Amino acid sequence: MIWFDTILQGVLLGGLYALFAAGLSLVFGVMRLVNLAHGDFIVAAAYLILLMVTMTGMSPFLAVLIAAPAMFAFGWALQTFMLNRVIGDDVLPPLLVTFGLSVVLQNVLLESFSADSQRLPSGPISTASLNLGGINLGVMPLLTFGSAVVVIIALNQIFYRTALGRAFRATSDDPSTASLMGIRPAGIFAIATGIAFVIVTIAALYLGMRSSFDPNIGPARLIYAFEAVIIGGLGSFWGTLAGGVIIGVAQTLGSAVNPEWQILAGHVAFLLVLLVRPRGLFPRAVD
Amino acid sequence: MALLETRNLTARYGDFQALFGVDIVLEAGETISIIGANGAGKTTLMRSICGLLANQPDSIRFDGRAIGRLAADEIMAMGIAMVPEGRKLFASLSVEENLLVGRYGRAIAGHWSLETVYGLFPILKERRHSPATALSGGQQQMVAIGRALMSNPRVLLCDEISLGLAPVVIRDIYRAVPEIKAAGASLIVVEQDIGQALRVADRVYCMMEGRVTLSGTPAEFSREAIHDAYFGAAA
Amino acid sequence: MAHSSPYASLTRTRASRVAGLVALGLAVLLLVLPAFASRGLIQDLFFILTMLTLAQFWNLLAGYGGLVSIGQQAFVGIGAYALFGTVILAGIDPVPALLLSGLAALLLAIPTAYFAFRLQGAYFAISTWVIAEVVRLSVAQWKSVGGGTGTSLPRSATGSMWFTQAIETLFDVRSAAARDILAYWLAVLLAVATIGGLYWLLRTRRGLALAAVRDTMDAARSVGVDAGRMKWLVFLVSAFGTGLTGGLIYLQKARISPDAAFSVTDWTAYVIFIVVIGGIGTIEGPIIGIIVFYALQTLLADYGSWYLMVLGLIGIAVMLFAPRGLWGLFSDRTGIELFPVRRRLTGGLLSHPHHPESKDHG
Repeated sequence: MIWFDTILQGVLLGGLYALFAAGLSLVFGVMRLVNLAHGDFIVAAAYLILLMVTMTGMSPFLAVLIAAPAMFAFGWALQTFMLNRVIGDDVLPPLLVTFGLSVVLQNVLLESFSADSQRLPSGPISTASLNLGGINLGVMPLLTFGSAVVVIIALNQIFYRTALGRAFRATSDDPSTASLMGIRPAGIFAIATGIAFVIVTIAALYLGMRSSFDPNIGPARLIYAFEAVIIGGLGSFWGTLAGGVIIGVAQTLGSAVNPEWQILAGHVAFLLVLLVRPRGLFPRAVD
Repeated sequence: MALLETRNLTARYGDFQALFGVDIVLEAGETISIIGANGAGKTTLMRSICGLLANQPDSIRFDGRAIGRLAADEIMAMGIAMVPEGRKLFASLSVEENLLVGRYGRAIAGHWSLETVYGLFPILKERRHSPATALSGGQQQMVAIGRALMSNPRVLLCDEISLGLAPVVIRDIYRAVPEIKAAGASLIVVEQDIGQALRVADRVYCMMEGRVTLSGTPAEFSREAIHDAYFGAAA
Repeated sequence: MAHSSPYASLTRTRASRVAGLVALGLAVLLLVLPAFASRGLIQDLFFILTMLTLAQFWNLLAGYGGLVSIGQQAFVGIGAYALFGTVILAGIDPVPALLLSGLAALLLAIPTAYFAFRLQGAYFAISTWVIAEVVRLSVAQWKSVGGGTGTSLPRSATGSMWFTQAIETLFDVRSAAARDILAYWLAVLLAVATIGGLYWLLRTRRGLALAAVRDTMDAARSVGVDAGRMKWLVFLVSAFGTGLTGGLIYLQKARISPDAAFSVTDWTAYVIFIVVIGGIGTIEGPIIGIIVFYALQTLLADYGSWYLMVLGLIGIAVMLFAPRGLWGLFSDRTGIELFPVRRRLTGGLLSHPHHPESKDHG
């Protein structure tokens, strides 16, 4: 029973990692770009929410609703004015620019907010739990997982049921031919990054409410997100959720054996999947 | 005033010059063919008109506006649709999605809709949920044409639509041309198949080595004149 | 091999002959410097030389091999820990143990490449980082070298290290200073050997073929280059050199912890900025980069995290506006090449961010 409980906790933790990963998966799916500052943007968004909450006393959930459009605009601008300039056949420029962004962002946060750990106030919800057939499940982890599922469903709806989604996939297939359909690839990329930043904001909410954060934890979140995307298979959103769950379960199982092994177990699970299924569990994208 | 014209159009890829002062005129309601051997500059001309290659602004005019420097998506929105060489269907989209994406930048009401495109090519309706790349070559070409029609274009550019297809299939595809014209589009058809080009066109341009070497109505063309324009007079 | 001759005629210029003489003089000067330089200067130069060596190896990987690794800290750390492990557990003298630093990194590079080569481009980059994290977390479990908190080189080992006695008497210095001088000399040798070795490697036919590896695998294959083998070669050579340098850095520090030895900031971020700012894909680039890097560090020493912020911003600006770095700007204006080898990074989006002819995308 204890093992079942551990695995269940891992599955729910996987929801958080899927939230970290969904934006990365979206951007990669549309433009084959990996933003190495993705984790740092999640942390930055958590600070933004914290700032709004401490200045106005509003609920973090309300703060996310207000922050999300602003983050969309920020992501749109980042893509339009910076990343579109370096995107192309050569992977080096976007990698180096986003790596530079990661370093800059960490140090801006460090300078603005100090290295002290922070946490978003979540009220009684953080300790509330539901008893389901003898198993206690925290409301917060359940809410996280539920949000991840909603985000994945929403992404799938956008991708496979809307004109914008068709434009995303067409541009991903062949940007040059897409432009013959009246699609402006640079604009499509900007919208995709904007949506990714909305998901980043949602991820930041749960990151900040479930545990403490500081300016230096971004890169580790990027790595978890990356592992979830690769395990799931490039271009598959449900695969990304599955990948997050696998990392989450591996971490809680590892930590049940020895608390020092938590992170290591997640990485080892990733390497094992890479060994057995190099293209991930549910590959969709061509590369 | 011509609907679409190029004036002294030049184009280059890096150091390689592909077009040397090409003048083409397309009147409203007209169909013109552009013929020529491989490397004559036909596809470069198409890519210039549809905006995949940038040119001098004034070297291409559409409806009185200089469009030479506009991007492909802007030109498409003005009503010039392209059926690209090699079809270039979107592999991760179904047949129907490929058709729908064709009106992304120009969703205006007109003769063409999913229904009328399916009416034109009934086989596509049967296969509408298949991945576009699962279709036969001829069916894929129908998708590519249908996709371009979905935006109700004023000018339709067809680049080598018969390439690699069996004669029966080519005939099926060209059977669509009268309805396309009736719906109000003017056509530029790039062809290597001279017979097909002469049958479909009101006027024909023959290109060689980046220049127009012959132009006129099909009736004016003798076999010898075409041969000379195609391969050079010395041949 | 008829087509290799035009390159040979291009690869020696007057500037390069002058540069060769200057470099020789500089190397001799660096070697005799401890006779009259302060200990602080020697330590600074040690830092500069080791970072330059790391930068040259990363440049070989990314600039020539097209393998953008952000996990080089794995090789620095494993090299350093191999040194500490053999000194502490086997009682071997630290100087010969340095070779084991390189070997350990080489051994680690084999499984790393096996995993990471399964992924392309950006995903290759992050997977090298994941592997570095795995190694860091595993080493933190190694209790006999201090686990997560780390350890120091035992006084018995550092006091009686090879050559230090001779240096103490030669320059009349204490043993700690003698250790700095020894480490410094080794760093001079390593840096000179690295630059000389890379210059030689890149001028061989195999080195010229490296250009083909980065472009496309297909293109490489069509000119008869086994791109897969070249990638392995570049990766293993870089790992060996990086591990050796890591061992040397920690020989001088004499104190180690997993977080420091496997730091992505110290051993990969800095190194990337040095190469990018100086000019990726050239031997001169990292040399210019390390000078800028050191100047900035001295200038902004009192401003804490502002330093990294400025470094990052300069790196981004260079990548956006001068993708071939400061040396690229200089070389384009003057035509001067000190280490003429056929150049990487020409054509494509890098040299023409806004290609005038094509507006296909972006």
